[in-house]
Amino acid sequence: MEAPNITRVTPEIPVREYGKERLESFYETMLKIRKFERTIEENFLGGEIPGFVHLYIGEEAIAAGVMSNLTERDYIESTHRGHGHTIAKGADLNRMMAEIYGKKAGYCQGKGGSMHIADFSVGMLGANGVVGGGYNLAAGAALAQKLQGRKDISAVFFGDGASNRGTFHEAANVASVWKLPLLFVCEMNEYASTTPYRTATSVADISRRAYGYDMPAVIVDGNDVFAVHEGSKKLIDSIRAGEGPAFLECKTYRVKGHFVGDPEKYRTREEVQKNIDERDPIMLFERKATESGVFAPNELTAIQARVDAQIAAALKFARESPEPAVSDLFANLYV
Amino acid sequence: MKNITFSQATLEAMEEEMSRDASIYVMGEDIARQGGIFGQFKGLPDKFGDRVKDTPISETAIIGMAVGSALAGMRPVADMHFADFVGVCMDEIFNQMAKVHYMFGGQKTVPVVVRAPDGIINQAAAQHSQCVEAWFAHIPGLKVVIPSNPADAKGLLKSAIRDDNPVIYFEHKGLFSMKGDVPEGDHLVEIGKARIDREGTDLTIVTWSMMTHHAAKAADKLAAEGVSVELIDLRSVSPWDKEAVLKSVAKTGRLCVAQEAVKQGGFAAEVAATVAEEGLDYLDAPIVRVGAPFSPVPFARPLEQAYRVTADTIYNAVKKIL
Repeated sequence: MEAPNITRVTPEIPVREYGKERLESFYETMLKIRKFERTIEENFLGGEIPGFVHLYIGEEAIAAGVMSNLTERDYIESTHRGHGHTIAKGADLNRMMAEIYGKKAGYCQGKGGSMHIADFSVGMLGANGVVGGGYNLAAGAALAQKLQGRKDISAVFFGDGASNRGTFHEAANVASVWKLPLLFVCEMNEYASTTPYRTATSVADISRRAYGYDMPAVIVDGNDVFAVHEGSKKLIDSIRAGEGPAFLECKTYRVKGHFVGDPEKYRTREEVQKNIDERDPIMLFERKATESGVFAPNELTAIQARVDAQIAAALKFARESPEPAVSDLFANLYV
Repeated sequence: MKNITFSQATLEAMEEEMSRDASIYVMGEDIARQGGIFGQFKGLPDKFGDRVKDTPISETAIIGMAVGSALAGMRPVADMHFADFVGVCMDEIFNQMAKVHYMFGGQKTVPVVVRAPDGIINQAAAQHSQCVEAWFAHIPGLKVVIPSNPADAKGLLKSAIRDDNPVIYFEHKGLFSMKGDVPEGDHLVEIGKARIDREGTDLTIVTWSMMTHHAAKAADKLAAEGVSVELIDLRSVSPWDKEAVLKSVAKTGRLCVAQEAVKQGGFAAEVAATVAEEGLDYLDAPIVRVGAPFSPVPFARPLEQAYRVTADTIYNAVKKIL
């Protein structure tokens, strides 16, 4: 039986009514994420990028769709799979790439790497290497917004795996009882690291859990940027109106391994390929954008070329930037 | 000067700082309606309303929200009820609060104060009696203060609230009702600076928190026997006043480090090791450490009494190196 807090939202606004600017922004954001990460993947496998890298490829519609309803004054808390959120929130590609390369010009001056990028100037309060580490930080940011009398909101991104952390339940309860302006965004991508969600999670729809905290929930196709935009808008409007926290569940699929280099022995290649072929969010967008007649195919190609140039510039910037000096070791440890 | 309790001193610090800066707020379990389980927040909601918040029993949310709100411009004080409960929100303390400033390249400071009532009182048993300061002294990015008297309780709490770094503030439950003189006005105590409780020439005792009072009794007894003790109350264990300790040991040639916590792996070990590394030539006798046995705090009266570090424990340990 469907939990009474859940609404399933499919896109209702005709594509044409979105306007060219908004559509271009969806496409450019998703492409930036895709191409940025393809570049990272390639250079990680080539041995140039150190550490751990977790890719968001295939889930771009969620970041692009949710962030299309947020401003720079709204906050987000991200995850270890955080490049997509960071890009969609408006971070600078050069400084992101430099950070992933461990360079001094990176967002964290080379102290963070892929899993720890933040850009406070655009309201991106940080990726988090601890699964489920972001909920309560986001609740705190929402509390600050409330105490400061602001109309802004906070959003926390997390996966189905993270919904099994106790941190979720503490944050959901306090956010609900204090009516905090907080959006929970569950990226239900079916795998918690290497564990299929069905074997580790008590519910098929994570948003059932929001019912226990008296929160409205919306389920959308997370690979459809229009669905994510419309579903998140419905909830964000209610949060901004002072109705308290809400829960967005985006059904998606992690087409990449848990980390770059993951042998992926826990699933078949056919399962992955089927999702790529049938559900790729960028392919779905291109189909709708051209079928609606808003974009001619060559217009999309022009956007692709623009993004390619930005990624190439970011890569060049990162490669040519100097590494931190050893004397920077203690910098920013204490104020 | 005025003569007030340790608990009143912390309340004055809160009132003065919250009046000074509207971005300061305090949250924890039972602090607004109840006034804190030790009465240390009594009356605060009358003055500051919604800036004094009762939370659900959700330590992870308390510290997580403290960190998140600090990132959004607030200066939270978070109460932990009992220091023993910090284990519940350890990730928020050591992976989030302590690291955000460093890991994100100094983009944002995290001005959070975590108040943690610690120590043995009234047979509170294994999960309400511990001293865990050493855990936090091991974490880069945190400051850890641990006052022993009302004046320092006030001065260190005010300094902690003004500090842009996260600070863990340990307040011994047995000290809350203890009275002492507190200077009038805007009384601040520098974090990381020890206090020389008494000067002496024959032996240095380094300690902190409640143990300062036990060490003072031991020092009185030794003084009656003609042994002059220099007693140092560290007040902060991270950063800690290494210079004051080394300077004292250079004068006395003998060192005892006393703590209420379990001896193994405790902060006394850090003090002792540092003096062994950097001040071995000053020493005329081996360093002696005093701490609790390597076991949880027991409940039954005779067991708890046997477990506790007292003035006699310190006295007996010191006698071995005189």
